[in-house]
Amino acid sequence: MTSEKPRVALFATCLVDLFRPAVGFAAAKLLEEAGCEVEVPPEQTCCGQPAYNSGDRDDARRLAANVLRVFAGFDYVVLPSGSCAAMIRHHYPALFADDPELGGRTRALADRTHELVSFLTDVMGVKGVAARFEGSVTYHDSCSGLREMKVRAQPRALLAGVAGLELKEMAAPEECCGFGGTFCVKYPQVSDRMVSDKAADVEASGAGTVLAGDLGCLMNIAGKLKRRGSPVAARHVAEVLAGMTDGPAIGEEG
Amino acid sequence: MHPTSHAFKANADKALHDPGLQDALAKLKAGFRVKRAAAVARLPEFEALRDAGRAVKDHTLAHLDFYLEAFEAKVAETGGQVHWARDGDEARKAVLDICRRAGARTVTKGKSMVGEEIGLNPFLEANGIRPVETDLGEYIIQLRDEPPSHIVAPAIHLDRTHVAEAFLKAHRQRQAGRDLTEPRAMLDEAREEMRVHFHAADVGITGANMLIAETGSTVIVTNEGNGDLTQTLPRVHIVLATIEKVVPTLDDAAVLLRLLARSATGQELSVYTTFSTGPRRPGDLDGPDEFHVVILDNGRSNMLGGEFQDMLRCIRCAACINHCPVYGAVGGHAYGWVYPGPMGSVLTPALVGLAEARDLPNASTLCGRCEEVCPVRIPLPRMLRHWREREFERHLTPPRDRIGLKIWAFAARHPTLYRMGTRIAAWGLARLARGKGRFADLPLARAWTRTRDLPAPAGKTFVQQWTERRRS
Repeated sequence: MTSEKPRVALFATCLVDLFRPAVGFAAAKLLEEAGCEVEVPPEQTCCGQPAYNSGDRDDARRLAANVLRVFAGFDYVVLPSGSCAAMIRHHYPALFADDPELGGRTRALADRTHELVSFLTDVMGVKGVAARFEGSVTYHDSCSGLREMKVRAQPRALLAGVAGLELKEMAAPEECCGFGGTFCVKYPQVSDRMVSDKAADVEASGAGTVLAGDLGCLMNIAGKLKRRGSPVAARHVAEVLAGMTDGPAIGEEG
Repeated sequence: MHPTSHAFKANADKALHDPGLQDALAKLKAGFRVKRAAAVARLPEFEALRDAGRAVKDHTLAHLDFYLEAFEAKVAETGGQVHWARDGDEARKAVLDICRRAGARTVTKGKSMVGEEIGLNPFLEANGIRPVETDLGEYIIQLRDEPPSHIVAPAIHLDRTHVAEAFLKAHRQRQAGRDLTEPRAMLDEAREEMRVHFHAADVGITGANMLIAETGSTVIVTNEGNGDLTQTLPRVHIVLATIEKVVPTLDDAAVLLRLLARSATGQELSVYTTFSTGPRRPGDLDGPDEFHVVILDNGRSNMLGGEFQDMLRCIRCAACINHCPVYGAVGGHAYGWVYPGPMGSVLTPALVGLAEARDLPNASTLCGRCEEVCPVRIPLPRMLRHWREREFERHLTPPRDRIGLKIWAFAARHPTLYRMGTRIAAWGLARLARGKGRFADLPLARAWTRTRDLPAPAGKTFVQQWTERRRS
């Protein structure tokens, strides 16, 4: 019996599911090491954020209803993404504010939903991780994680405990990278200017690896760094915290 | 001013390839942001002050008719006159009537975004009256015949060579080859030129940062003192304002003044904060003989009681603009109308129509920095999203985006179908990437791959791998 362990549903997010499974495994490892029983509901798809931010409230509601169904009955729902976690935690209740039945269930789900790293530190009380990483990193604060989920100190605190790791802050870690979901393909030129500035800040930090807590931003930053021929690698912070950095970095040959 | 917001993408591309503009925008970030942060850090009660500011505006908006009428009554009591204008046309006519009655040939103008909104300068010129901007930034862009690119610093997109060029061209009575490389020389020249206009003007027009119902006063904040000369020297003073600028009392005005300069320029207070109440009284040493306040609606009352009402709290500090990464990339002209940045992207669709301004609410990553710095806590990202919802409802969203979204959403609410689709995509894309880990070019994703590589999937989805591992 593992009845004393909190049952945690890992919502990998659609981007991690499709593009970078390594982040899902790193998240599962961190959660298990923190004393959680981890399950990955196979019917998970997407939180609905693309529809919601495109003004398509009906589809956002339908997708949210799917999430409500798939993630019912767990103690916690944890996502390796500040932006998808914020969608469930802050925007689902707004979507169902007028719905007497789903409204209550949505609020209950919202209360149990967390971004991965802040869940480890703030809910599970994790003070340190047993990982090792030889090299210097710089940390990009993804917008939703930073402003909606208040994730800033938590990843830095855990990174400080990683053996061999040196954190070199970049000039403006809180500046948006220009991903913005569908923004990056709707306004590619504007997005490119923003991610070029971000890549330059990452390079100027002198770090060998850039980390963040959201795969969307990371794919954008990694894609730009690669296009510039930069040697800086990009990884999700969970990979480093879980000590799972043997595989290729984002966008690198495997 | 005629909007060109529908051309946002083309405007933005042009801006991105303008090296002078890009230099200017880099300076703006380094200047305004750092100064605001320092000013906020010096004031321990800043967060509480933001709450107070929001409360003042919310209360006023909830009783807007009452406070506007109270303001009008006080203006009349102190010898002035309020003119109500439903739209730009009525406002322009009201101003022209007053100018005509005063026999005005030249009017001086303090900085007024409302003046830009209603296109006052070209209208006055067409009616034989010469408007002269007296805010240095506005003066420069008037000489260059272009709109402001920022609501606080209208000429922020220019550097000193542009200014020298404009002065050499405009001030023809001066020596042709004079040295205008130093800012001091330009400033002195602007001062001398303007001094003549200040004395010649028959009417002075200013904007208003606030209207105070308790006293019938209007308030302007400036750093150059030009507003004071504009409104004190001519015989007639016209204040151009909009309905949401009213606040109940002097104390309420003080709350907003404490927020305004800190948020705008990082000053505790601007150099001049001027309260004007009525025309010159017997015994006053100076002041105008007539005091008029033109109060414009222009679509704002439609925002009351709806999901965009919070936007009417705006005090025009430009903190959202200064912190916006999109504004920082493209500057103000790309937005195609008077109000750029996040506040503009919420306000412009309400005032010029969503069809014209369709791009603006979408041209945002919803990064949230604007709301974080807004002195009156306007939920700008939420309202940008509300506009996107209106666009989706009214089928203003491009059909391609709409269809793509619908197909994807259909799959995502049918988990079996979705799992099958993502399995195929992960497998297929990994094969296409041929072990390189990324795409330098992907035909259906060129909007991405034109400027950056696209990381490739690993071959199997996470859920697929997780299920296989748990089974074995």
